[in-house]
Amino acid sequence: MSHSGAGAQASGGAALPKVFEGQGRSELDAILEKYPNRQAALLPALWMVQRSHGWVSPEGIVETAETLDLTLAYVKGVATFYTMYRQHPVGRNFVAVCTTSPCSVCGAEAVVEALLKATGCGRVGETSPDGKWTVVETECLGACGFATPVLVNDDFIEGVTAESVPALLERYR
Amino acid sequence: MGYPHPSHPRETVLLSRYFGDAEARGYDGWIKRGGYQGLEKALGTSREQVIEEVKTSGIRGRGGAGFPAGMKWSFMPKERNGPHYLCCNADEGEPGTFKDREIMRWTPHALIEGCAIAAYAIQAEQVYIYIRGEFTEAIAIMQRAIDEARAKGVLGPNCMGRGPRIEVMIHRGAGAYICGEETALMNSIEGRRGNPRIRPPFPAQAGLWGRPTTINNVETLSAVPHIMVKGGAWYKGLSLSSPKSTGTKLFSVCGSIAKPGNYEVTMGFPLKDLLFDLAGGMKPGRRLKAVQPGGCSVPFITAQEAEGALLDYEGCVAAGTQLGSGGAIVYDDSVDIVYQVSRLARFYAHESCAQCTQCREGTAWTLRILQRILRGEGRMDDLGLLLDLGEQMTGKTICVLSDSCAVVVASAIQKFRPDFEAYVRSGRSGAAG
Repeated sequence: MSHSGAGAQASGGAALPKVFEGQGRSELDAILEKYPNRQAALLPALWMVQRSHGWVSPEGIVETAETLDLTLAYVKGVATFYTMYRQHPVGRNFVAVCTTSPCSVCGAEAVVEALLKATGCGRVGETSPDGKWTVVETECLGACGFATPVLVNDDFIEGVTAESVPALLERYR
Repeated sequence: MGYPHPSHPRETVLLSRYFGDAEARGYDGWIKRGGYQGLEKALGTSREQVIEEVKTSGIRGRGGAGFPAGMKWSFMPKERNGPHYLCCNADEGEPGTFKDREIMRWTPHALIEGCAIAAYAIQAEQVYIYIRGEFTEAIAIMQRAIDEARAKGVLGPNCMGRGPRIEVMIHRGAGAYICGEETALMNSIEGRRGNPRIRPPFPAQAGLWGRPTTINNVETLSAVPHIMVKGGAWYKGLSLSSPKSTGTKLFSVCGSIAKPGNYEVTMGFPLKDLLFDLAGGMKPGRRLKAVQPGGCSVPFITAQEAEGALLDYEGCVAAGTQLGSGGAIVYDDSVDIVYQVSRLARFYAHESCAQCTQCREGTAWTLRILQRILRGEGRMDDLGLLLDLGEQMTGKTICVLSDSCAVVVASAIQKFRPDFEAYVRSGRSGAAG
């Protein structure tokens, strides 16, 4: 990875907006005030990158490293540790289904199958040909009593069943 | 959505009293329900007295480790020569557990009040509530409540208008079970990978940024206002069994169960009654096969072992398992236990932070061997191999993620060996269809 400039090509041409300029800069400054050093703002900064770019893009990682005075390797190391930071561009709607044991016992795998079918995603982790959906399995979402919980973008939805999948997706089409 | 079920007459509702009551989420509604009286009372006494009261209550950490909370607070230095920190562990991710999310969604001010009392007791000006990234709704509700508490002067430069400076902020996680381990949580707040740290030094000596730090679970902190208002001795009296297990506890019940949900009972409540009375028992025609009463990281027990088990720290150990986080995962006789054990192994392999070899390799190999058995390519020797591997994964790593994977697999093989043998012989589940 090289510094800004080469980054845009890595994402397929369209220039991504700067994250920490203008309002983004003020937002980051407010975050920085709450921590004793700049490194501590790394997780919030990566969330801002993802919100702006849809994933933790190489451009966003470069900008984060420069803004927080951290090395690229360090930022990349942290960004790849946490599952929720997306390492690739994803569909317009990102759907994460819990399939850990308590949900599996309640039929979570059937929910995944129904989602793959209804969205046209070939496999877990892939984006649908129309670019609208990415469906992934995730480990415990912490709502085991409301199986199966599904995270659609930032919406935490409880009690999803294979049968309720079509109605759920309708809200995001 | 989905909540609440009406309280069962056998519940003792302290923390869950206002679950489902949307008005309790706001500051005014919370005050109307007696909110912030515990903090008022705490500020009217010395911080030593607050710690004594919590010690008297006997409350033990509700995140899973069960360490006495008052004692943990008393480890903080008495003299303050720089910042002290309080972290609230809201990284609830132990499969089977979903109580902290409900506390934050319904009674955010109870948690803020508990945080402020603890911060006062340990002389912390800054509180970080570390909430897992997936809890989008809980984060939004907590943030509104924090903003409101600050606007009302509960938090800020003078806590409640007369106390020390106490600020509370949310640090959002980003998807890592291991960050629920307290030293990994601190690393995550510092903007690092969530690798657990070697202890000593313990957080009270050198925690966040090397400063004295206390980490408490959401449920523990939310119980503190009740301890302040009604007294430690009163809280200690809330026990049906051992004097070492006091107060009420939220039990999350899930899996193969008629009425999943959170149930709050006093320590020492019978496990059988929790499952069959409060949570409605098995689905029609099904029999209980196994239960993990304290989240997915505690040993499986059989229906027979569950029969006389009491829900407290000692009672669960006597039954061959642990109280853990209080997330009871129920498996009925239709469940393919071998598949579910492999699913749990997949969880541990995915969530291993990978810094210790025994855990990184051990969890991955445990998963591979279990998957081989599931494919019908297993050998009888594989069961011994899994147990042997588990021994090499126990007591050898920085944190207990590796141990958890090992104990879960070992207990399943010990208790349900015929299920594993059936797979090895025929490549199929022996579960009742």
